[in-house]
Amino acid sequence: MATDQIFKKDSIGERPLDPQAPLLSVEDLHVEFRMGVGTVQAVNGLSYGLDRHETLAILGESGSGKSVNAQAVMGIIDTPPGYITQGSVKFRGVELLDLPETQRRSVRGERIAMIFQDALTALNPVFSVGWQIAEMFRIHRGLSKKEGFEKAIELMERARIPLARERVNSYPHEFSGGMRQRVMIAMALSLDPDILIADEPTTALDVTVQAQIMELLRELQQETGMGLILITHDLGVIAEVADNVVVMYAGREVETGEINEVYHHPAHPYTIGLMDSIPRPDLHTERLEPIVGQPPDLMHIPSGCPFHPRCRYRKDRCVTEVPSLASVDGDRLSACHYWEEVMRERAHK
Amino acid sequence: MTEPFNEGTPTPLEAVEGLKTGPEASLWSDAWRQLRRRPMFIISAFLVVLMMLIALFPGLFNFSGYDPRDCPLAVDGVPNVRLGPSAEHWFGTDLLGCDYYARVIYGARVSISIGIIVTVFSTLVSLVFGSIAGYYGGFIDTFIARITDVVFAIPVILGGILILSLFRQRGILLVSVVLIVLGWPTMLRLARSSVLSVKENEYVDAARALGASNFRIIRRHILPNSLAPVIVYATITVGVIISAEAALSFLGVGLQLPAISWGLMLAAAQNRLRTDPHLLLFPGLFLSITVFAFILLGDALRDALDPRLR
Repeated sequence: MATDQIFKKDSIGERPLDPQAPLLSVEDLHVEFRMGVGTVQAVNGLSYGLDRHETLAILGESGSGKSVNAQAVMGIIDTPPGYITQGSVKFRGVELLDLPETQRRSVRGERIAMIFQDALTALNPVFSVGWQIAEMFRIHRGLSKKEGFEKAIELMERARIPLARERVNSYPHEFSGGMRQRVMIAMALSLDPDILIADEPTTALDVTVQAQIMELLRELQQETGMGLILITHDLGVIAEVADNVVVMYAGREVETGEINEVYHHPAHPYTIGLMDSIPRPDLHTERLEPIVGQPPDLMHIPSGCPFHPRCRYRKDRCVTEVPSLASVDGDRLSACHYWEEVMRERAHK
Repeated sequence: MTEPFNEGTPTPLEAVEGLKTGPEASLWSDAWRQLRRRPMFIISAFLVVLMMLIALFPGLFNFSGYDPRDCPLAVDGVPNVRLGPSAEHWFGTDLLGCDYYARVIYGARVSISIGIIVTVFSTLVSLVFGSIAGYYGGFIDTFIARITDVVFAIPVILGGILILSLFRQRGILLVSVVLIVLGWPTMLRLARSSVLSVKENEYVDAARALGASNFRIIRRHILPNSLAPVIVYATITVGVIISAEAALSFLGVGLQLPAISWGLMLAAAQNRLRTDPHLLLFPGLFLSITVFAFILLGDALRDALDPRLR
């Protein structure tokens, strides 16, 4: 792929890309959905950065705003009802949020591509998979139908789809779940994007297939050097592949840092709750401890720290005062007033 | 916990399991394979094809060889009008002495062309505006929906009588235009709702996330996937429009003589039911068979194209 790589322009529209700037930087992103019954605050001030070769995991339960964040970065939020009310999304220093739609579209697929949770529904059922991959090349690279199909076969092989040549004319429903996700990955990588956002790429798959897909993503990332954003609620999936993690709750980041640090020494009660609610053979715990209570209603986010109604370490201050992100150790941040106590108690356990 | 079982390469088992080297199985080829085995489809398709051939090449089917417009009132001094069916005149003759078989055969062209013209244009209008309304939503959707509601409120036959009675000269074109103008709303609603449901699919988001334009999304993703119900309904519509044309002609506001149309034949025969039932029977039979064939074909297509009925 590197040999016949298409030279991409070093600008988006009129705006030059800054090679020194981070590949992707999201700052203070706010997204809300204005529904008839009220306003859903889906993302409330999210910030993170991503560099080449880096894998960032965005971790959170359903409704934590992790997928909406990805849609905001891609610029595919339906407006109305969704609005990005604040913040900035920069690709190599170029602000994406105020690009006109045509330029925004040129970023999608070329610079930032995305794969989805359920690859069956993410592929068009009426066209063969080869046709769908080839179309990317026909539209964006001006290749002929035949050349497009050759590229499709090449990409399917890169996504380790066996017998790619024989299967290029098969339809999505003729593939197994794992194979479909490989097709989706092949399609997303067709234009050699700088960033791949994977929105729960393995949630709909068997455990063994999950591992294969994660392995594939890791290998492809090593080949291309792309930045990878993994959106998931599955701690196990990210532990193997991610470099850094952002833990989200109620549309905010509650903890962020290097994955092993966060994994072994969580500094926020919510992260601790997540760790305790998954089976860990290395810790020999007797029972799993679920996080009590319900995920927050994003139309009525609790006052103060949004996690306080479910927090074991809650104090009066948590109800009234919104905690800001405090540095635990360098880039390691936690949005808890009492992160020191929380960590200390955890260490003694 | 998610230790890779297998470094990089997929398990051979999955490769074998997922492998199919049989014929391609898209929605349409799948539907075709289903249809081929259904008697309902075979019968209706045969009738539709037959009627289309009659409409296209009436000369080939005019076995008796009479000219439908050469109508002697008497042959060799013997009256030639209102004869019953015989070996000479299979369907008998009409009030003016025309060979009724020839007239019925030539009548197919008008009925079927109006049915197809009206359906093709209503379908185009519905697909274009239905996908715009369904895909973009918002103001444009409301605008199109209100216009649709207004036209939808006018009954086709009543509106047809009203509009057509304003014209003195009424040909195929005028009748078709009136039926298009009055007939598109149902189909547009169907197309719009179909687009709305297809729009929610993840592959539409996926296409957008990979840089597809709105036009491309509509053309490649929305339309092909929302076409099936529209095609089914369009097939049925051909039958409905054919009977609407016959009804309008029967009521005297559709086509005019000297056009040859089943509706006009029925109109001319209406007072002769007791004395000459064949004048009503033959055009009525052909009309019914044609309408029935298109509606049956629509049903067969629906069964084959609707995955929920499998």
